[in-house]
Amino acid sequence: MEITLRSLHVTLVALLVSTLIGVPLGAWLALGRVPLRRLALALIYTGMGLPPVVVGLFVYILFSRSGPFGSLAWLFSLRAMIVAQTILALPMVAGITMSSIQSVDPALRPQLRALGATRWQVVRTIAVEARFGILLGVMAGFGAIISEVGAVMLVGGNIEGRTRVLTTAIVLETRRGHFALALALGAILLSLSFLTNSLIMLGQGGGRWRR
Amino acid sequence: MSEPIYALDDVAQVYGTRTVLSVPRLDVRAGEVLAVLGPSGAGKSTLLRLLGLLEAPTRGQVRFHSGERWVTHAEARTEERRQIAMVFQRPALLTRSVRANVAYGLRVRGERDAAERIEAVLRRVALDGLAKARAHTLSGGEAQRVALARALVLAPRVLLLDEPTANLDPANVRLIEELIREQNAQFGTTIVLVTHSIFQARRLASRCALLIEGKLVEVSPAAQFFEAPRDPRTRAFLSGEFVF
Repeated sequence: MEITLRSLHVTLVALLVSTLIGVPLGAWLALGRVPLRRLALALIYTGMGLPPVVVGLFVYILFSRSGPFGSLAWLFSLRAMIVAQTILALPMVAGITMSSIQSVDPALRPQLRALGATRWQVVRTIAVEARFGILLGVMAGFGAIISEVGAVMLVGGNIEGRTRVLTTAIVLETRRGHFALALALGAILLSLSFLTNSLIMLGQGGGRWRR
Repeated sequence: MSEPIYALDDVAQVYGTRTVLSVPRLDVRAGEVLAVLGPSGAGKSTLLRLLGLLEAPTRGQVRFHSGERWVTHAEARTEERRQIAMVFQRPALLTRSVRANVAYGLRVRGERDAAERIEAVLRRVALDGLAKARAHTLSGGEAQRVALARALVLAPRVLLLDEPTANLDPANVRLIEELIREQNAQFGTTIVLVTHSIFQARRLASRCALLIEGKLVEVSPAAQFFEAPRDPRTRAFLSGEFVF
């Protein structure tokens, strides 16, 4: 139970941070005049396929005692895990937000302007038009974070009672030969993912703009 | 006719290396229905976007009189821009209900208690039965009427119409033309109507302009434009002999 809550804690905080940064970033890339746009896109697309272990290694180095953020002493804590997960989910949220906003009819923008909307109001309206795509991006981010094991193992250390989460616990129990326990944890992980996604779908269906 | 509401001075619009519009001088007068005629690709829509203050000209000045002062694209404040509403040839609607689409312009103005005005305009465009329908399930004519309704509900001083009846059936054309006439007669709304239809211009316009390859060939009162055009190209265009 405690492991499950910890998994959720890390996932939700990392998802919140990547959504708060990723959705505006994706909207900016889709609608704004972005300097070095191609480079930014290449980085985001690369980021969507980042090997988690490499991100883990990178965060490990950053927060290790001799690293630039070593003095924070975040390594082997939930904070380091959240940082790694955010780095993994952010490109996904930003990339999918961007492409879903780009798929909104480009003719809409000048027409909304011509109805008296300010630039900011146009951006907000376009984002609302792309809401299902943006939601999909957030869901993809959620899926990536909650199922991730390599990075959290590295930077969290899988310390019992402190940084052990569902995925790292499954790895451990499998290695120990406790297959029943590992399977049970796997079932919890799966149902967590299923439940969350179902809740989001329900929320989407019951929203103001029911299809 | 009354005082000018638009003044164009030595205006040119260049996209890439192509000069799509070049207008040394043009006034639009308050309360008139100005029809801008011309073949496709003549720069009619470009002219309309400039009048809508949606873009700035490459050269020269498009100035709009807000009732208090003359403003250009760069100078216009939001409330001044909001005196102008525009209907595009291909309406892009929000994936919401018809009513939500019509309410959009009011909502961005912070007017939330406008239910009665919205119902009234929906009745005017004969869409009151479809208020709750999803906008993307509408036919072409219905969608164009939503586009017109969402502009009319704003009670704009200027209404810019870009081929508002292109590709529509006669019943829809009649309905939309009737609304345009009514809007001008009852509310004194200044209307600039871009059309390739001589017949539509004849039915609606008080003044006509002919645009060919980005240049104004002739601007004159409707009666003169149709009965005694000065320019041979106008005569050719009106008689359908114009060949490109």
